[in-house]
Amino acid sequence: MDLLAFGKTGWGDELFVAALMTIAVSITAMLIGFIFALIFTPLKLSKNKFLNLIANSYTTVIRGVPELLVIYLFFFGGSGALMYVASIFGYYEYIEINAFITGSVAIGIISGAYSTEVFRGAIQSIDKGQFEASKVLGFKKHIHFFKIIMPQMLRLSIPNLSNVWQITLKDTSLISVTGLVEIMRQSYIAAGSTRDPLFFYSFAAVLYLALTFLSMQLINRLELKYNKGY
Amino acid sequence: MFKKTILTIFTFLLLTANVYADKIKIGTEGAYPPWNSKDASGNLNGFEVDLANELCKIMKHECTIVEQDWDGMIPALVMRKFDAIMAGMSITDERMKTINFSQGYADEVASLAVMKGSDLEGMSTPEGINLNLGGGDVDKALKTITGALSGKTVCTQIGTIHQNFLESGDVGKVDLRTYKTQDEVNLDLSNGRCDAALAAAVAFTDYADKSGEAVVLVGPTFSGGAFGNGVGVGIRKGGDDAIGKRDAKLLKDFNKAINKARKDGTISKLAIKWFGFDASM
Amino acid sequence: MDIDLIITSFPKLLGGALITLKLLFASMFFGIFIGLFFAILRIRNNFLSKIAYAYSYIFRGTPLLVQIFIIYYGFAEIDLIRKTFLWEAFKEPYWCAIIAFALNTGAYTSEILRSAFETIKIGYIEAGKSLGISKKLIFYKIQIPIAIKQSLPAYGNEIILMLKGTSLASTVTLMDITGIAKYIISTTFKPIEVFIVAGSIYLFMTFIIHNVIKFLEKKYSFNN
Repeated sequence: MDLLAFGKTGWGDELFVAALMTIAVSITAMLIGFIFALIFTPLKLSKNKFLNLIANSYTTVIRGVPELLVIYLFFFGGSGALMYVASIFGYYEYIEINAFITGSVAIGIISGAYSTEVFRGAIQSIDKGQFEASKVLGFKKHIHFFKIIMPQMLRLSIPNLSNVWQITLKDTSLISVTGLVEIMRQSYIAAGSTRDPLFFYSFAAVLYLALTFLSMQLINRLELKYNKGY
Repeated sequence: MFKKTILTIFTFLLLTANVYADKIKIGTEGAYPPWNSKDASGNLNGFEVDLANELCKIMKHECTIVEQDWDGMIPALVMRKFDAIMAGMSITDERMKTINFSQGYADEVASLAVMKGSDLEGMSTPEGINLNLGGGDVDKALKTITGALSGKTVCTQIGTIHQNFLESGDVGKVDLRTYKTQDEVNLDLSNGRCDAALAAAVAFTDYADKSGEAVVLVGPTFSGGAFGNGVGVGIRKGGDDAIGKRDAKLLKDFNKAINKARKDGTISKLAIKWFGFDASM
Repeated sequence: MDIDLIITSFPKLLGGALITLKLLFASMFFGIFIGLFFAILRIRNNFLSKIAYAYSYIFRGTPLLVQIFIIYYGFAEIDLIRKTFLWEAFKEPYWCAIIAFALNTGAYTSEILRSAFETIKIGYIEAGKSLGISKKLIFYKIQIPIAIKQSLPAYGNEIILMLKGTSLASTVTLMDITGIAKYIISTTFKPIEVFIVAGSIYLFMTFIIHNVIKFLEKKYSFNN
């Protein structure tokens, strides 16, 4: 248990902070994923073939390539691409994206591809009559989407989004390349330093299990709340 | 108002422009003790961390030392995540194709290591061989090692001079395994997955001291050839633009600072503190 | 963009695809038996079913990377493994990876099969009974084939997830596609080009698996 002591000698406080970091990255990534999904879901459902192609490429490529590669590519290519864009506007200095943002966006891109599929499925399962009803009632298109479709889409998505959340949470274990000290990287450092990989990786597994368990409890409550009246 | 606040927060998080020309970032691995490592509180320490701080004092630069995994070290320098590498990185022709190096600040002496009781322990070779010199003794030693290692699993960190040497054909064909960090090499050496491992001799002695594992050095110490010409500071190769000029100046500054630190004994002092012997060059 | 590097790294990475496929097939092969075993334990509500549930919860609730590291680096600390015949298997990174992958995919497979078992209509069993077919025969000849058909889409997804998962074999020194990619980068220092080629190879493999499963789904659907 000395290994988990807080303070200078043990790894307890470091692992605690790392667990908070994992939570923070997971939530941020999930939210970034939502933004991606809100952009790509309409494209997926659009009647325009070109927009379809863009959205389908995004979800197919991201879900067909190992997460590790997506993260590596974003880590090495992300700031380069950003600097390239900046250079078009005449800005040539180095642009630093901090490790937290790099990690969150990398995981967010992956999470977004899964969320897009979930949203698409949810919208497609909404009764077609509603689209026509709101047309008849003369609602503007965006009002129709935000006030009528989106609330239903979110409710219908919750069960599948909880899967996306689990994927996102577990994928954060792969971002150690960005240098962000989350559970996995901290365990890796501790295992290397103390030469006790069994203890630290098992402890990491326990932390992930606890996070999965707690978040699932929360999601179940959310589901109950949103399903009131149905 | 709300939108503005969000926007400000985002710009703050996203873009921290590196506008101070005299503020530099130095990348290190933090996983190659005693060259560079991390303590239980997550602070970087080691020979190169101390040396980097000394050199920055001499150069009057404000420095921050940042951590970077070894396998992404050179790509990260090239894409400007930091401005210099001090990570036990030896000066080799292969790396010189992509980046520049300052003059060497320390000698890395490489050695094979095995677990006590291994049949490789009795290898009879000279104490040290310099591949640049060649000659009968070197050839004989390489032949002995080739025979001893044939069919053995030899482990080393990926992208190192040690890997280059094992692949050079100088010691025949070994069953080579490459790892992300030296820590992993050490673990697999002591649990028996590796018959032998190759790294800086101090990496093994440091590991043996701290872990109490019966890791012993065997064969000669290596230098020259694939082992490069000492450990130096890695700096980007610059073009003619402002950044390129800044990098070129940084290289000069480092060279001057290393000269000074060598002359006044700073490097020797730090080497003795971390390695137990004077590895300065 | 270094086009030369893209061209020269392609055949090297393709060499790694062989290991990737070997890992995938071996893990799926063992995983399906593990999954079936635990899915059967889950049918009745007793102590064994709780163990089966715990197994599936633990392996689905933790990252695959952690599982591999525990099996490869962690288990090497245990004398019962390191000093017995078990070490013959655990010594090899190849077997450690397969054990980790098979246990991981086994957990997901057990869930897929369990939900397939649950949806099997009682009618089938009764129809079988009325025809005088033994319970055992009903199980093996009716229940299991139907369960397999129902699980195909979800199982197809699982194969693709596992294909991506095999990329973690590179963290325990194996030279699969990702392992070779890292190896090439360690001497060329150009990650983007190499990872794009590696990613394309994975994407192509995903594409093939996706279409094979689609074909099988069509073939085994009841409606044709």
